[in-house]
Amino acid sequence: MLSVQVQEKIERELRKYPADQRQSAVMSALRFVQDEKGWIESSDMADVANYLGMAQMAVYEVATFYHMYNLKPMGKHTLTVCTNLSCQLCGAEEVLGYIKDKLGIGIGEVTADGKFGLREAECMGACVEAPLLSVNNKRLCFRLTPAKVDQILAELGGQP
Amino acid sequence: MANIEIDGKQIEVENGCTVIEAARRAGVYIPHFCYHKKLSIAANCRMCLVQIEKAPKPMPACATTVAEGMKVYTASEMAVKAQKGVMEFLLINHPLDCPICDQGGECELQDQAVGYGSSASRFHEEKRVVLHKDIGPLVSAEEMSRCINCTRCVRFGQEIAGQMELGQAFRGEHAEIMTFVNGSVNSELSGNMIDICPVGALTSKPFRYTARSWELSRRRSVSPHDSLGSNLAVQVRNNRVMRVLPIENEDINECWLSDKDRFSYEGLNSNERLTRPMLKQDGKWQEVEWQTALEFVANGLRQIKDGAGAEQIGALATPHSTLEELYLLQKLLRGIGSHNVDFRLRQSDFSADGKQAGTHPHPNLPPEGEGATVSSDGGEPRQFLPWLGMSVADLGKADRLLIIGSFLRKDHPLLAQRIRQAVKKGAQVSVIHSTDDDLLMNVAHKNIVAPNAMADALAQVAQDVAAKNNAGISGSLLSGERVVVLLGNFAQQHPQAAQLQSLAQQIAAATNGKFGFLGEAANSVGAYLAHALPGTQGMNAATMLSSPRKAYILLNAEPELDCANPQQAMAAMQAADLVVAISAYKHHAVDYADVLLPSAPFSETSGTFVSTEGRVQSFKGAVKPQGEARPAWKILRVLGNLLNVSGFDQDNSEAVRDAALASVNIVEKLNNILNENVGRAMPDAVGEAHPTKTGGFQRIAEVPIYSADAVVRRAAALQKTRDAAVPRAAMHSAELEKLGVQPGAQVKLSQGQCCVYLYADADDRLPKGAVRVAAGHAATADLGAMFGTITVERA
Repeated sequence: MLSVQVQEKIERELRKYPADQRQSAVMSALRFVQDEKGWIESSDMADVANYLGMAQMAVYEVATFYHMYNLKPMGKHTLTVCTNLSCQLCGAEEVLGYIKDKLGIGIGEVTADGKFGLREAECMGACVEAPLLSVNNKRLCFRLTPAKVDQILAELGGQP
Repeated sequence: MANIEIDGKQIEVENGCTVIEAARRAGVYIPHFCYHKKLSIAANCRMCLVQIEKAPKPMPACATTVAEGMKVYTASEMAVKAQKGVMEFLLINHPLDCPICDQGGECELQDQAVGYGSSASRFHEEKRVVLHKDIGPLVSAEEMSRCINCTRCVRFGQEIAGQMELGQAFRGEHAEIMTFVNGSVNSELSGNMIDICPVGALTSKPFRYTARSWELSRRRSVSPHDSLGSNLAVQVRNNRVMRVLPIENEDINECWLSDKDRFSYEGLNSNERLTRPMLKQDGKWQEVEWQTALEFVANGLRQIKDGAGAEQIGALATPHSTLEELYLLQKLLRGIGSHNVDFRLRQSDFSADGKQAGTHPHPNLPPEGEGATVSSDGGEPRQFLPWLGMSVADLGKADRLLIIGSFLRKDHPLLAQRIRQAVKKGAQVSVIHSTDDDLLMNVAHKNIVAPNAMADALAQVAQDVAAKNNAGISGSLLSGERVVVLLGNFAQQHPQAAQLQSLAQQIAAATNGKFGFLGEAANSVGAYLAHALPGTQGMNAATMLSSPRKAYILLNAEPELDCANPQQAMAAMQAADLVVAISAYKHHAVDYADVLLPSAPFSETSGTFVSTEGRVQSFKGAVKPQGEARPAWKILRVLGNLLNVSGFDQDNSEAVRDAALASVNIVEKLNNILNENVGRAMPDAVGEAHPTKTGGFQRIAEVPIYSADAVVRRAAALQKTRDAAVPRAAMHSAELEKLGVQPGAQVKLSQGQCCVYLYADADDRLPKGAVRVAAGHAATADLGAMFGTITVERA
């Protein structure tokens, strides 16, 4: 079942759309679920589908199409590193390598303590600040260097 | 209208027409995969790229609408280069497994690769692999790497079947067609996805690896199942039906088939087929020659006629029998002096019989047939002959529909589809029924009541409509221009069927609408035309069983599954001196019959079905009868000869058909109208049911889609579908609670002397005081009447 908080948020979202277009809120609804529990289980997709009166498969299509939805647990903090051209030219590979070594995990994996998950992403539209990563899809961190990565991890409570 | 030019051909088409459709009309073929005339435009395969004058780049013909003066070049250098480029991309990931692919030989990709593909690939990297899926017993998705992601199957589900079971998950190179969390595809129309799949990704599971398409010959036939009369292409090899495909007929099945029509052919090749005449001698079954068996039957019937009287002989046929069979059956019975013949085996209210009214359009014509009476207004009466009341095409044009007592999706899958399309165009559907199954369309208003409250619910609508009440169902109907009121199978089998009918008739009259019946079976109308019913002098199906006869002739009927009250039917069969079963199958009759005469199912005989819209469709046999089986019309003809009945000298089924339909003006015969008020109280009424005290519930019985007739009952793959699962006893959760039964636990259901044990389901959409227990299934064949009380207890 969707939590009361999530339902309230969806209701607020639904007010933006015509009453017969409830499926318009599907992306927001999935985001609310992910914000709450960090990832989206298939049962959550079924709940969202029932809530919005959509086919379950239609929700699944949306959830699998967009990279920012986590379809498995991705730790407390999901670090998403851009590896597209601009970032790559500015050293994204080295930064990614440093994070992998530091956390001891590969892309799509989660640290043993469940604190950090690592993902790779396509362009985030901020190439002027490359290389960059996002934390939980909420916060962009710019002009990454190993030192900056250490700082970010420390802020998020990880051991250096 | 717009004048355009396609490859130099001038054509005038209406505005809004797509280029691909205009080209089709001009006789120009544009290659395509994702485009399908019945589905929405996706324009994702890009195969239909064409050059359009003044456009700087190639345009997809399926998604480009015509404009005045447009010049289209489908085979110019630019167009062909674009098409070849698209083809190269499509083939990059497509496996080269045509030699082992079921689609080989009838594959759109294969055909077009010949025209547009190059002989070698420039792509040397790894091809992508898409994992196979198990999506149910009918549609195989074992080779999803073949999929070109045209999404026809997805759009079919969304738009035609009304439920999105398949979807395209993930994106880009990882996109794949799949169900939600390893689910199965359960639509009753799922087989059409096989037809519309342009490659070999979705193939027919029962047909897999059994034949190549070029080895098969096509024979035209007509569906023997539901009353739509879908046109079939029966494909045969070595005198065996290998598969069934639709023949396109826009007025009937369009380009679709229900799964029942498509996959039931497995039943034709079932091990249960009866292939030799059999005679029970000293309690043991023995295979005998036809002559012996037929003489035994003739002698037996003669003895009973001479001893007990001809009225001790009764005949029960299913409306899945052909017109010819039913005509000769009733002729045989009448020839030996009995009028006890009926095909309405599941009907329980016959009070309309003998009260047929409605004025004949030609008052000078004499009354026709049995039961004709002179109506009070001086005109000549017409026989009552329930039919759809309109053409199927007109049904799709209705703007307000009232559907009374119908398991619409399961009983009439393609009519439901047509109504679904009408609803999408703005039609409103209202439902009065005892169950609230999802029709997969918007239902404007519904009234779900227990069976014994159906008549009251309908009377209320009739009253509201007469009083011009603009609320609810009445308001919906009154606001329409093309109103249609339909009675489904449940309403026709209802103990107050005649009353429901006259109320429906009133509602239709008050709303200037059309009124009709969704015929139960392939030949329900044909059986009336063949006069396979008792008239005023004989006994109807129910009376024949409630006051048992000494001899019964069963034509394709399995009484424990096909009759309104299997308990009573079986008691009558067990007690009879002579039971002659004319059947394609060795069914339960081995327990009670004396003779089994192997007859040919629809694929092995010529014959005629008259669909619910009154369309007469004759067909020829697709294969020879198996073993010693013979077409039932021939069996009956020889029986007629042996019994010295006149008029049994036809050489072919066409002659029988012509005799049956001679001097019959079918259009005039079709008559839904009853002038007399034929209402009656609900027999066996429980009125105020007290389930807690007595455990007495009202039974709501549907005939499950894959249990409705003998052929489909033996179709192996269909029997593995969810729709063919063992029936469960569904009731409101409050009722389950009162009984102290958990959903999923067993309950004991009893009617009369017998009981069965089924698992209980909670369904809060069912009316209280009622329990839904399917009929027509072996698991519930020991129960009694389809309507009336049934006792439910904790097991």
